[in-house]
Amino acid sequence: MRPDPTRERRWRPTGLGASGGSGRHGQPPRGLVVALLLACATLITLDYQGGNDSPVEPVRRVMGEVYGPVEVGVATAIRPVVSIPRWLRSQDSMRDEIDDLEAQNAELRQQVNTAGYDRNKLAEYDGLTAAAGSLGYALVPARVVGLGPSQSFSSTVTIDAGSRAGLRPDMTVVNNDGLVGRVLRVTRTTATVLLVIDADSVVGGRVGESMEIGMLHGRGVLGDEGRLDLELIDTSVVPNRGDTVVTWGSESGAPYVAGVPVGRIETVFSNVRDGSQRAVIAPFVDFGALDLVGVVVPSGTDSDRAVVEADGSIR
Amino acid sequence: MTGMRAFVAVLAVSAALVLQVSVFSYVAWQGVVPNLVLLVVVGAALVRGAQFAMLLGFAAGVLLDLAPPADHVAGRWALALLVVGYVAGRVALDVKPTVTAVVATVAASSFLGTSVFAISGILLRDPPMAVPDLLQVVGASVLWDVVLTPFVLPLVMTMFRRLEPDRATS
Repeated sequence: MRPDPTRERRWRPTGLGASGGSGRHGQPPRGLVVALLLACATLITLDYQGGNDSPVEPVRRVMGEVYGPVEVGVATAIRPVVSIPRWLRSQDSMRDEIDDLEAQNAELRQQVNTAGYDRNKLAEYDGLTAAAGSLGYALVPARVVGLGPSQSFSSTVTIDAGSRAGLRPDMTVVNNDGLVGRVLRVTRTTATVLLVIDADSVVGGRVGESMEIGMLHGRGVLGDEGRLDLELIDTSVVPNRGDTVVTWGSESGAPYVAGVPVGRIETVFSNVRDGSQRAVIAPFVDFGALDLVGVVVPSGTDSDRAVVEADGSIR
Repeated sequence: MTGMRAFVAVLAVSAALVLQVSVFSYVAWQGVVPNLVLLVVVGAALVRGAQFAMLLGFAAGVLLDLAPPADHVAGRWALALLVVGYVAGRVALDVKPTVTAVVATVAASSFLGTSVFAISGILLRDPPMAVPDLLQVVGASVLWDVVLTPFVLPLVMTMFRRLEPDRATS
């Protein structure tokens, strides 16, 4: 199928009759152009000035309620098709085995990655049993059903769990490999997650080996080059290459709980002028291939699905 | 009939939006996916002219700004697609509808639309990003849109032609 040259007349319809009183088609009345431009400007201003309480927020929510379930449906329908290549390659049992091994592998890797942090943590917080209690989270499993295009220059995804699954804004999202991001807003059945590599994302980070704290900023680039910048608060410390960075955590675990692995230090830059250090972090999570994630919820949250409790049991 | 046309147009844009967010994300290159919504607006502009395309572009942009997982300042895609609708509609007046012209219009519209969006982002510092990264995304999205043109544009243009009331008989 291709545009048929014999129908060329259709390109310049005269527009006499039913459609609009604009005279020639293709030359919109100036009033309409101005009105639409003003509408855009108004919308941008409203949302830009409003911040988190912007009047656009309720509309976003309504759109989420409408389009969220559609995205979930389409993603569920397409998932078997996407996994056909994998299915062809291996038998059912083999695939299960691989999945198990992968999960085990990720768990072990995570243990290794946080070993330094855990050791320090133990030494530092020995006797503070309250701190140990704060590590007991429950996880709500969810799948990524929509990925915000890079053309929008923000790294966000839609997941198929919402307020009915016990989610609220400012909850930590993790996967097998480490920190994914935080929940921005929820509808009943879906939630929007801001990935840590987004340019607007700031996470408190701690270098596992030295326990130094700093701020992790996303760069807004998705794909293989997705990186985070770490700026340490104590500028006299030089972080080591290869050190693991974990989340520092906030009070009451919102938006980020403590001790989740984020990435490994790849390169370190020193600013000669003010003596500060900037480290580039390669995240553990492959943000180009996100699928199964877990949302950290308080233990005992009511949910419409099975919740993985802190001790590994499924409720 | 007008209501019907608007309904079908919104349906087409919604389908494009969901496809680009939930299906094409599997084949995304560095997170860049074909901008199907923009292709629908360009198709509408080529068949129906600038006025209709501007209105559709505005509506489609608002949808792209508000439907999950969008989180940028609302109104930016609305502005970008409004400009695309206007320019593509004007271009359709001046050139003959050869395949080359269609592909060139798509490439120019894609470049224009993504650039307007990126520039509005730079002005609003939402988010603060480096120009080389922006250019890489713009280039990739032009490439994607041109690749998808032979599959999407004939479909969209046929659909909008069928919807044209006073031409259904010819």
